[in-house]
Amino acid sequence: MERIEYNSNTEILETHSNRKIFCYHCGDECPDESIHINEKVFCCNGCKTVYEILNQHNLCNYYTLESSPGITKKYDVKRNLDFLNDLDLKQKLIDFSDSKVSRITLTIPQMHCSSCIWILENLYKLDSGIISSQVNFLQKQLVISYSEEKTNLKQIVELLDSIGYEPLLNLEEKKEEKAKAENKNLYYKIGIAGFCFGNIMLLSFPEYLSIGAEELPEMKRIFAYLNILLSLPVFFYSSTDYFTSAWKGIKKKIVNIDVPIALGIIVLFVRSLVDIVFLNGAGYLDSLSGLVFFLLIGKLFQNKTYDTLNFERNYKSYFPISVTIRKENVETTIPVEKLEIGKRIIVRNNEIIPADSILIKGKANIDYSFVTGESNPISKTTGEMIYAGGRQVGEAIELETIKEVSQSYLTQLWNSKTFQKEEESKIVSLANSISKHFTFIVLFIASVGALYWLFINPSIVFSAFTAVLIVACPCALALSTPFTLGNTLRIFGRNKFYLKNTNVIENLASVEHIVFDKTGTITENNSAEVNFVGKLNQHEKSLIKSAVRNSSHPLSRNIYNFFNDVDLIPVESYNEITGEGIEAVINNHKIKIGSQHFVLEKHNNTTNDSTRVYVSIDNNNMGYFSISNKYRKGLKEIISVLEKDYEISLLSGDNDSEREKLREFFADDKELHFKQSPHDKLDFINNLQKIGKKVLMIGDGLNDAGALKQSDVGISISDDINNFSPACDGILEAQSFNRIADFIHFSIKSKKIIIASFILSFVYNIIGIAFAVSGSLSPIVAAILMPISSISVVVFTTFSVNFLAKKKGMI
Amino acid sequence: MSVVFVLIGASLLVAIGFLVAYLWAVKSGQYDDKYTPSIRILFDDNNKVQNDLTTKQNSKSREQSAENKVLSEKE
Repeated sequence: MERIEYNSNTEILETHSNRKIFCYHCGDECPDESIHINEKVFCCNGCKTVYEILNQHNLCNYYTLESSPGITKKYDVKRNLDFLNDLDLKQKLIDFSDSKVSRITLTIPQMHCSSCIWILENLYKLDSGIISSQVNFLQKQLVISYSEEKTNLKQIVELLDSIGYEPLLNLEEKKEEKAKAENKNLYYKIGIAGFCFGNIMLLSFPEYLSIGAEELPEMKRIFAYLNILLSLPVFFYSSTDYFTSAWKGIKKKIVNIDVPIALGIIVLFVRSLVDIVFLNGAGYLDSLSGLVFFLLIGKLFQNKTYDTLNFERNYKSYFPISVTIRKENVETTIPVEKLEIGKRIIVRNNEIIPADSILIKGKANIDYSFVTGESNPISKTTGEMIYAGGRQVGEAIELETIKEVSQSYLTQLWNSKTFQKEEESKIVSLANSISKHFTFIVLFIASVGALYWLFINPSIVFSAFTAVLIVACPCALALSTPFTLGNTLRIFGRNKFYLKNTNVIENLASVEHIVFDKTGTITENNSAEVNFVGKLNQHEKSLIKSAVRNSSHPLSRNIYNFFNDVDLIPVESYNEITGEGIEAVINNHKIKIGSQHFVLEKHNNTTNDSTRVYVSIDNNNMGYFSISNKYRKGLKEIISVLEKDYEISLLSGDNDSEREKLREFFADDKELHFKQSPHDKLDFINNLQKIGKKVLMIGDGLNDAGALKQSDVGISISDDINNFSPACDGILEAQSFNRIADFIHFSIKSKKIIIASFILSFVYNIIGIAFAVSGSLSPIVAAILMPISSISVVVFTTFSVNFLAKKKGMI
Repeated sequence: MSVVFVLIGASLLVAIGFLVAYLWAVKSGQYDDKYTPSIRILFDDNNKVQNDLTTKQNSKSREQSAENKVLSEKE
């Protein structure tokens, strides 16, 4: 939200920079110069406070590294961090602690520039208990070591909150360490394979060029044994992944691409050992180490991950880790998983309702934007049921829980089978399906060749048989997929479409049915279609804009953005009544903006699908704003393009009041489904899959989480990729929404490129096998053929993917 | 010609040295964050930066005045 605010203001900055004043801290527009220190003007007291804190500690360098680097504190609400004193929870959050020094890794999505890095690494100047703090900017992480005697976790988090860098606090994010260790292992393996490959090549040169064989006959043998020594780490360490993967595949009776690779590696190694030890030959150890080295490079290329994005989140990483309960007028904090039915809980402003409950006390105003994508808060009165997942906006409310956290309307979605099954079963990649046939054909050719030589010349049976397996080792085949898809993944990423891994591209290419969610997916989240019914002059527009400026309610911000070319006037008094509206006095004019009931003090029961905001100035009714969902730009074009090749459905949690409007976009009325619960959405996808369809689901909120997970490809749309998005296969930034069709078509083309490169690599294999079955595969032929085939495949795929991207305007 | 074995041994030793250096670099986390250090190196202590700037400017202006002198003398 802050980011959007920031963007809209930078636009203003460009157009009106000559006469407006901007906050020294955050760069937002200021209505006047009333909040200032010397000549430095601030937009709100929050920003001023941050400046004062930093100034006091001589940290103003923050403002010289980048101009206005701060994060606005205008919409900021103080969090209740008492739970950080809970020892159990603290143990789960911190990385390491001996009773004196503790270390914690915090995720801070707000960091965005070098000033942020600077201030976060100078935290020790703000709190003497902090020993050191180090930023990892790409992962948006901050590692803090602090002395337990001088400070505590709560103080540190409060400090970060106070200067605008609010860390995300949840337990789910802690699991990522494992993936990092795996990546490190790959680096080790590549390093060792590369080292051995280079040296084996060097030691094999005399053999290739037949140098020194006469002068120094023992050289050949010594070099060959050195080669064996060097190939041991390659065989026993660098290539272990292929053995384990192949073994796993065989156990499941699947011949995956790693089976022929593992076979090739083993045969190469054994044959070389036999050659060197018994036959005084040179072996193929150079080919072996080169093969492993290239394969690992391909793997690294395919392993591109987006560090800051998380594709595995479930509701737990969105829900709070603790909750305040009230028992006989005493408030205590307990971990959320210990929350039981029938407990009285207190939910403060901006906190999330952890379980389905009944409202007991207070005015609830629930923002379900992360659940449904609907950005306007819904007000509830005492006695009404409130579903978990909403965020309370306004005063603290008291609730009584009626369901357990995991059994709530929304969260029980995660109890369904879809979330228990293993991820792997979904993936049958092209390379794996081809390798099945490939392996059997190669084994067949090798056996026939061996049989033939058995009758003609039994002495070369072994060498002919192994040569076929060596030369048929599908190095090029195994490389074409990672390089094609790795490149595609990068090109997508450059166009703001981030995929979990390369398998998603192949799945995307084979999709047959596309399902859209409505709210938040095909409608815009933060801007709406605003129309004013009534008449306003320039001065009145200024009054309204100035009044709504102070409110963080989404509707207020829509109205704020609606008026472009009006000046802001200082507000004399301002009052926001949650769920009702705002009341302000400006230039001695009394302005009321809000619900009909609040502004006009009467209630007409007119049902309307669009939201209305009424305005009165000095008790004169001026008219109302009608605010309705705005469909994303280019929606019509996308649907009409996709409708040619795909079946398209729409699932909406809302009622069908927008059916008429949607029919402009969607040709088939029968495919518009309304009032779909999160479970209905999941079942809808499931039913499509039962009739054999491959489904692409495009959604956004937590209520789509089941459908996103169940579908063959689940894409989540997000206005800000640092925000929460449910578990999915890919995250699409909202501004690239109109390119969905391009992305799908691109992935189909990528698949064709893979097939083309398969054909290319088969040509090499046929040439190689021709040498091999005739029993004349010399080490030098193998040493030339293998790298050439690998490199040409890599060049071909990289070149063609980039050519395609250029043609489509993606790079 | 048998010196070639000594040379091979030496070259292998050097190569192993580099391999160990690489493995150590990976292990110590130098590849974990490839971006932040490039920013961090630009930070400096505030006062120190200013001092550096002023001394540099002084020396520059001195140089310039010296140059001007030389030029004027030439003319």
